[in-house]
Amino acid sequence: MSAGSIPNSPVGSRVPMVDSFEKVTGAGKYADDLVLPGTLVGKILHSPHAHARIRRLDASRAGQLPGVFAVVTGKETPVKYGILPIGHDERIFADDKVRYIGDNVAGVAAESAEIAEEALRRIRVEYEILPAHLDLEKSMRAESNLIHDGRPHNIEKEYHHHFGDVEAGFKAADLVRFDRFDCAEVTHAALEPHSTLASFDDDGKLTVWSSTQVPYYLMKTLAATLEMPEENVRVIKPLVGGGFGGKSEVIPLELAAAVLARKAGRPVKITYTREEVFYAHRGRPRTIVELKTGVRRDGRLTAVEGRVIQDGGAFCGYGPVTMLYSGQLLNALYDIPNVKYDGYRVLTNKPACGAMRGHGTVNVRYAFETHLDMIAAGLGIDPAEIRRRNLLKPPCVTINGLRILSYGYPECLERVAEASNWSEKRGKLPFGKGIGIAGSHYVSGAANPIIRSDQPHSTVNLELDGEGTATILTGASEIGQGSDTVQAQIVAHELGIALDRVKIVAADTARTPIDLGSYSSRVTFMAGNAALAAAREAKRQILNAAATYFDVPAERLVLEDGRIFEAGNRAKALPLAQAVLLAAKPETVLRATGSYSTPAEARGGKYKGAGVGPSPAYSYSAQVAEVSVDVETGQVTVERIYAAHDCGKAINPLTVEGQVEGSVWMGLGQALEEEMVWKNGRLMNAGLLEYRSASTLDSPEIRPILVESADPEGPLGAKEAGEGSLAAVIPAVANAIYDAVGVWMTTLPITPERILKALEEKQRRTGS
Amino acid sequence: MTKQKILLHVNRATQELEAAPNRLLLEALREDLGLTGTKCGCDDSSCGACTVLVNGRPAMSCLMLAASYQDAEITTIEGLAPGKTRLSELASLQRAFAECGGVQCGFCTPGLILTTCSLLEKTPHPTDAEINEALSGNLCRCTGYTQILESVRRAIELMEKESAGEVVRP
Repeated sequence: MSAGSIPNSPVGSRVPMVDSFEKVTGAGKYADDLVLPGTLVGKILHSPHAHARIRRLDASRAGQLPGVFAVVTGKETPVKYGILPIGHDERIFADDKVRYIGDNVAGVAAESAEIAEEALRRIRVEYEILPAHLDLEKSMRAESNLIHDGRPHNIEKEYHHHFGDVEAGFKAADLVRFDRFDCAEVTHAALEPHSTLASFDDDGKLTVWSSTQVPYYLMKTLAATLEMPEENVRVIKPLVGGGFGGKSEVIPLELAAAVLARKAGRPVKITYTREEVFYAHRGRPRTIVELKTGVRRDGRLTAVEGRVIQDGGAFCGYGPVTMLYSGQLLNALYDIPNVKYDGYRVLTNKPACGAMRGHGTVNVRYAFETHLDMIAAGLGIDPAEIRRRNLLKPPCVTINGLRILSYGYPECLERVAEASNWSEKRGKLPFGKGIGIAGSHYVSGAANPIIRSDQPHSTVNLELDGEGTATILTGASEIGQGSDTVQAQIVAHELGIALDRVKIVAADTARTPIDLGSYSSRVTFMAGNAALAAAREAKRQILNAAATYFDVPAERLVLEDGRIFEAGNRAKALPLAQAVLLAAKPETVLRATGSYSTPAEARGGKYKGAGVGPSPAYSYSAQVAEVSVDVETGQVTVERIYAAHDCGKAINPLTVEGQVEGSVWMGLGQALEEEMVWKNGRLMNAGLLEYRSASTLDSPEIRPILVESADPEGPLGAKEAGEGSLAAVIPAVANAIYDAVGVWMTTLPITPERILKALEEKQRRTGS
Repeated sequence: MTKQKILLHVNRATQELEAAPNRLLLEALREDLGLTGTKCGCDDSSCGACTVLVNGRPAMSCLMLAASYQDAEITTIEGLAPGKTRLSELASLQRAFAECGGVQCGFCTPGLILTTCSLLEKTPHPTDAEINEALSGNLCRCTGYTQILESVRRAIELMEKESAGEVVRP
């Protein structure tokens, strides 16, 4: 049944988020707002060296300080962990070596922050300084003093994929073009600094409240590293003040708080300073992208070969996944018959990189979409047209095994072209003004879980009581994107009740069923489908009970506005609350469960690395940027962005637009100004003023356009909305700059200095 | 450091606390008075999450010593609509942020709402440029500001209707 056919349904309406009351009143609790009686302050001693061996560590004087209740060092934390089963290379505290400035050496728990800081100063560490590997391309040639054992040349992971025959593709081409792109390292900078409160009860059971996107994985990692049974570990996610991927793997403070709480015998809270957040990082790595593409005179792509090198920092983290997304999504927006990919994840002595909004796809998409415009310019084809000529024809499976069902990309292209008046403006604006187009796509959830298992990706339990109130129990993690609201809307829609009759209990590993977390844009699709299945099961039970009551077949009954009646006979209605009690008998609460597992056809191919990239559905985005470039100062001003996003079905257009606008804005930051600046392993801009992002004064107008391609497997047709739009805006801006002043910007961020340099080079080359 | 008695006038009530002279207003509000609606995002006044109103003007409590503001009237987010339990009962400004998507993760929201509150007190009909100027010290990483601007415009509309005696319900 389509969403539109149910009257008064909240689906498709601009509904305020269900947790907005607590957010606009300040009543809502984030991790750092929580306090338990006797809570101690935890602090971490960080390494001042990028690469060093710990010769001696003496923490005895810290423990003697009055008010200090626990001191923990690496000797007591032997278990290695990491988000990926293939990458367990981290410890809560370093044992023999520190691998980046900021690495975790020891932790203390004390009565106050002042005492904890004094205790840290009393820890004596003798380091033997080792040569640090700080440059990406030098690190991958290193022979000695390697960062980890078993990682020759500091290469964490490499992948080599070849589908079709690129050499044959290049032979069939009329033009083969090679370009190199260099993208700076950027970070999430979510406004809430990471915070964790850990407490053991008298029975030795641990409860952790943490700013996490992945309570389930955190629970498992706590159990593993503290060597406790999983059933004795409970993780509760309070409100989270933004994540963008920065809270999507286990962050050292989460484990440190727990290990300190166990030793101190009192609750311990650790909240990172902003500087510590920057050093905890896990953001988007510096990425070098080299592309070689063949194209026929008519604009049809014949082959693409990509070589991608990422500076992963000192630990594995999500690195191999980032590498694989970069390869798997390189070609899959278009129909490209021959594809080769070589990806290298390199270790350096800097904080580990990880997942960040648009994980793995953003830098490659920027490179490809800019490269495609260069190709179009070489052939004299309109940039919108060359994209039209290389579209996929779904339903289809891409050459690397990604199954595509819904594909709103063509419509996205048409809608932005129309809204921006593309054909009237492209190439026709005065010098210094330009317009550019680009596309992107993203997964609606990883089809394969991080830890391989046959259990569903999401399960939702639903409870209906004798007052007709529905309570959703879900493990899904609301981090500000509106996932609680989406699940509540779906349930209200299906049960024909008002949104305020739906309560939600979420993200508490002791009370809510398993959901893998908020990463890979999976929640609307997967938890949404689980919520839909649970609501449909509840509805089935209710209508069966009502069928007995009315003595008519259940198929003839309608559930609407909290009442059940026979189609065409509204006058004789059974209130939902009463039907719930009938259905629940002899219980008084009706329970239903729904779950979501990805279909086998959506899980990808069989080759090494095939597991990352496949998704049950993909979102699509096309964007047009209008810019002006000041050739005297090199300043780029983005006037306007038209952003069409295929979200399948906008369950909540208000929050979908919010996600699209937020993604575009964050992408603009990466395009024009954001960059982590390193010097000798130290971050030069570890503050929100120095790591600058745009304010209200310099944020352009963003015009979201929602395209609804109604995915056959999405909940009510929905797909992801929170990440896919980020990647298109960067190349749209780069391409608009070319239209404005005739230079290709191949290095991010596109700073005024780089614009001026590019203009000088152009002048030298062409004399104009 | 020796603790001293500090009297703060917060949300129209006088509160007494014992704290060291270097206690920040942000810490006093959050830790001594339990008013955790005021957030700490950056430690150094870069982000505006800790914004409170001091005599009606926005100020960043992460840079202010509590002891220096004993004569001031301080308003935190909790002071805007105390004792309310439903969205429909809140101040129009709060409702507008919820209705127009000005809130995503919510961490910057208290600071943004208080800054807007002060703006609209002084300038009930600001231009977009005036709104952008006033909010430029409050960083948001979620929204891209479009829906925040829409929230402020909607609040102005709601406030006008309310002052004209209309009952506005979301």
